Amino acid sequence: MHELSLAENLLEIIEDAARADGFQRVRKVILEIGQLAVVEPEAMRFCFDAVVHGSIAEGAQLEIVAVPGSAWCAPCAATVPIAEIIAVCPRCGGYPLQPTGGKELKLRTLEVE
Amino acid sequence: MCLTCGCGEGDVTIDGQTADPEHQHVGADGIVYRHVHAHPHGAAHAHSHAPGTSPTRSLQIERDILARNDAFAADNRRAFERQGVLALNLVSSPGSGKTTLLVRTIEALQGKTSLAVIEGDQQTSLDAERIRATGAAAVQINTGKGCHLDAQRVQQALPKLALPPNALLFIENVGNLVCPAAFDLGEACKVVILSVTEGEDKPLKYPDMFSAARLMLLNKCDLLPHLDFDVARVIENARRVNPTIEILQVSARSGAGMQAWLDWLAGELAALSVGCARGDDAVRRPQL
Repeated sequence: MHELSLAENLLEIIEDAARADGFQRVRKVILEIGQLAVVEPEAMRFCFDAVVHGSIAEGAQLEIVAVPGSAWCAPCAATVPIAEIIAVCPRCGGYPLQPTGGKELKLRTLEVE
Repeated sequence: MCLTCGCGEGDVTIDGQTADPEHQHVGADGIVYRHVHAHPHGAAHAHSHAPGTSPTRSLQIERDILARNDAFAADNRRAFERQGVLALNLVSSPGSGKTTLLVRTIEALQGKTSLAVIEGDQQTSLDAERIRATGAAAVQINTGKGCHLDAQRVQQALPKLALPPNALLFIENVGNLVCPAAFDLGEACKVVILSVTEGEDKPLKYPDMFSAARLMLLNKCDLLPHLDFDVARVIENARRVNPTIEILQVSARSGAGMQAWLDWLAGELAALSVGCARGDDAVRRPQL
């Protein structure tokens, strides 16, 4: 449940943005969460609702954009899709495999007023 | 955690003292701001405007949620490199024998290497007390509801340890094979401890941790004659998620294999001093 810490960090980023921009209320929060980022979207939603209670983001809709996992396979000389951290290429069985996408954990957009 | 404003985690303590006398955060400019929360919580956060009267607009933020932790971790890493301290983040599931392994390691290094320990647990100072009984310096961080240590807590604990140059700092993370993988503490590397009373499939079930670690210690090997545990299979599974992971078989209880672990530590310390002497900042960059 490190999603609780992540939700707290997310609220801090939102509050920093509110200080810089002067908005009064957050309507929607759009997050990018990679498939390999060790984050459970449902746990993130639960913790987000708990953490933003009483803040400028209370009641905001949380939209999670899932980023698929991908890795560079040296033997294939190609980017291959991966659903989890593994060392061997799902296509050719070779390695090394270097993850290239899916580790994102980012606040992309706020809809505010 | 303060559910009213979301600041800090009010139940986090370091050696029993509240860890948040002040609130810290990283601003949009990347600078760490520290301030005391002087305003009352609750009503002060309420807003008087009528909802729905202002037009909604979209703001592109594009900020990493772990940026704050990563800024503290980078700070810690610079401090460790400057002081020539080898910091190791010890991770495992609960009950793998981390604390016993540390006690035996400290006993073996006594009088030869300066070292200190940061203990992370949700509650109690039992582990720090076990470490202090060996004569080594230890700070206990209680994470309360938190399931992992973070870089800021480690930074707050460091002044209590006064580490000399060429010292070893063992950071014993909260027993959990999931959450600590996501939080960089500024360590040189993660060492994952797996005991033979767990399953051979642990590296496949928790691939993130085994992929983030440089060394795996297979502990409690003295129990192998009594178990069906397949050592070759666990090694194969660990290498499936991390082909370059180093693996040592040890028993903290019997002492078997401990010399190889002590040699590994000595090698890492020596590499660190060479890197420091060369002023080579990149030498100890961890693989995350």
